[in-house]
Amino acid sequence: MNLEELKKLKEKAQRQVALREGNKKYRVVVSMGTSGIAAGARDVMKTMLDEIEKRGLDDVEVRVTGEHGLEDVEPVIRIEEAGGEETTYARLDAEKAKKIVAEHLGKGKKVENLAVGKQKKTE
Amino acid sequence: MIRSNVLVCGGAGCLSSGCHAVQDALKQELTKRGLDKEINIVVTGCMGPCDLGPVILVHPDGTFYQRVTALDVPALVEEHFIKGRAYAKLLPKDEVSANLITTQRDFGFFAKQEKIVLANCGLIDAENIEEYIARDGYAALGTVLTTKKPADVIAEIKLSGLRGRGGAGFPTGVKWELLAKAPATPKFLICNADEGDPGAFMNRAVLEGDPHAVLEGMIIGGYATGASRGFIYIRAEYPLAIKRLQIAIDQAYQHGLLGKNLFETDFSFDIEMRIGAGAFVCGEETALMRSIEGRRGQPSPRPPFPAQRGLWGKPTNINNVETWATVPAIIRKGANWYNQFGTEKTKGTKVFALAGKIRNTGLVEVPYGTTLRQIIFGIGGGIPGGKKFKAVQTGGPSGGVIPAEHLDTPVEYESLQKLGSIMGSGGMVVMDEDSCMVDVARFFLEFCCDESCGKCPPCRVGTKQILNILERICAGEGQMEDLDKLEQLAAVVKDASLCGLGQTAPNPVQTTLRYFRAEYEAHIKEKRCPAKVCRGLLTYTIHYDNCVGCSICARNCPTNTILKVKGQKKYYIIEDDCIQCGACLDVCKFNAILKASDGVAHVVPPKPELEPVPGRKVMVTA
Ligand SMILES: Cc1cc2nc3c(=O)[nH]c(=O)nc-3n(C[C@H](O)[C@H](O)[C@H](O)COP(=O)(O)O)c2cc1C
Repeated sequence: MNLEELKKLKEKAQRQVALREGNKKYRVVVSMGTSGIAAGARDVMKTMLDEIEKRGLDDVEVRVTGEHGLEDVEPVIRIEEAGGEETTYARLDAEKAKKIVAEHLGKGKKVENLAVGKQKKTE
Repeated sequence: MIRSNVLVCGGAGCLSSGCHAVQDALKQELTKRGLDKEINIVVTGCMGPCDLGPVILVHPDGTFYQRVTALDVPALVEEHFIKGRAYAKLLPKDEVSANLITTQRDFGFFAKQEKIVLANCGLIDAENIEEYIARDGYAALGTVLTTKKPADVIAEIKLSGLRGRGGAGFPTGVKWELLAKAPATPKFLICNADEGDPGAFMNRAVLEGDPHAVLEGMIIGGYATGASRGFIYIRAEYPLAIKRLQIAIDQAYQHGLLGKNLFETDFSFDIEMRIGAGAFVCGEETALMRSIEGRRGQPSPRPPFPAQRGLWGKPTNINNVETWATVPAIIRKGANWYNQFGTEKTKGTKVFALAGKIRNTGLVEVPYGTTLRQIIFGIGGGIPGGKKFKAVQTGGPSGGVIPAEHLDTPVEYESLQKLGSIMGSGGMVVMDEDSCMVDVARFFLEFCCDESCGKCPPCRVGTKQILNILERICAGEGQMEDLDKLEQLAAVVKDASLCGLGQTAPNPVQTTLRYFRAEYEAHIKEKRCPAKVCRGLLTYTIHYDNCVGCSICARNCPTNTILKVKGQKKYYIIEDDCIQCGACLDVCKFNAILKASDGVAHVVPPKPELEPVPGRKVMVTA
């Protein structure tokens, strides 16, 4: 083992434990209430998980939550950013989810046509 | 992508409350629901709150679940991982507001701690070196070997103010320097993992939860002092720690982090384990070294100190598990980061094992200088059952007992010593109003007397004499002169004993005499045990108003000394034959058994005419 090898091993291993340390740039919150699940929220989440992995996006965590209170437009996700910005996406399916991963999480660009409501700044 | 880690505590405490079954159930349920590719189960070392076990921590949410059973798992998975809401049934409750606590951060037990030594315990899989490396493991070693001179490392440790965690608090940097300057070779390092204090498990938790930190600390120590081999002396009663340590050692060798030419330098270091049979005295450094050499574990006088003549006569340095485990963090983050924690004289944090009459038993890590009150009431949650705090014993069996009026003492070596106690390795046994201080002193003296190796007479004979007197007092046969004798004996044993065992064994007697003398006097003068603990001074009486004549007490009395009152549905205890075992009190459902210790003031209730217990075939002796 030398320093370079240790560094490489650390980078590889870090993904295993990073979830436990918090401080991710993006937090994706998937609404998994009864209506969300019925509308296909699990599929949306699975697609997102696969896409995030495929693209090697390390600075993202995915959580599930109960209802967002937007039953009519499920599946719904919310993306929270470290700076406090929040974006809600609604009426999602696998294809749209892929796009959000690529654009929003990958390039930091909001997918405006899928976003709903006014984006909110929380402190 | 893995979206969540379920950390299942695999410390020895949770192991005995059944965490294996919970792990299996979780694995099964996650697979069954197709969540096994999204959610990872990680078995960690001790998380701390052992009496709440088995405990689980879910990340990234930080949700903490307590007392989880395999039966809870399906509902937990459904609620938490499918529906995304905390499973209320297993959440801890806030003691004051009775609100549920959903994240570990908000749980008072964790919120008030400062984790340096335990930073990885309960967070990483101790059997996987990669998880340690992910948390910057072995980075300190790499830096030290490739960029620092041994003397720089020692200077850094000195500047950090690190003091030995084995009890005496000797400055670690100074000890390392002694070894570095010793002319003879080879030089050895020892990790003292004997941890003989009953009720203490700080070291076990580190070894089970973060064994690589201990190894990395030792390798750094080896480089700094010029030692080439390290031994970890660990007691056989710690099978899980031994297993994880061996895995860690093997993995370190496989990754080239132990063995020859570490980090492509010419520094080589080897570590092996030595298993001890578990004698308290073998934690003492000179006895420990003899034990490693395969000889009888008995202390020898110092000097020569280990740094001069240690293991097999060669220069040796011994440090405690916690001391070694602190070293990597100091090197990684710098001495000036470390010495901002703690007090003027004692830097850093200390792990304490909370036990006894306290709500949250388990492991806590706090900066030195934290007060006893903050530890016991803030983190420990205070005394359960509405009882009153009476005293806390710090420092293991040979520590002193500290009463309520000193609860605001900041915890550090010097302050505890002033109160007649010691820091020891960090055990804290909390006692409430139901503890008898004479009995407590007797209990700890019995331990030290048993564990005395017998080599030096002050300890061998002195502790036995002290114990005899304490037993006499507990039995109600003490005299007032006994108190003077106790004080004299205690002073002699302390002064004249060869090693720390005898030198500290009298602490429980001296401190209880200092703070609770009235209790001794009650035992001697009034033949009364105020806490109603000392059996010889108790009486059991049946309270006729409450007795319904159910006969359960009589049926459970091992000496058949409870008989029926003739012609009435009442029972009566013949006190002369009673052995004060308390079996009747335990089984009575009607609050009819009165335990008292009124001593000379006790009045034996008049003995009525008695008859045998219906259906019970025994001779009537009265
Ligand atoms: C009776 C007795 C038992 C001891 N038991 C331990 C022990 O279990 N663990 C330990 O680290 N030190 C124990 N010590 C202290 C050791 O002798 C020694 O001081 C310590 O290991 C040095 O490490 P440190 O400088 O890191 O504190 C014991 C001392 C005595 C007198």
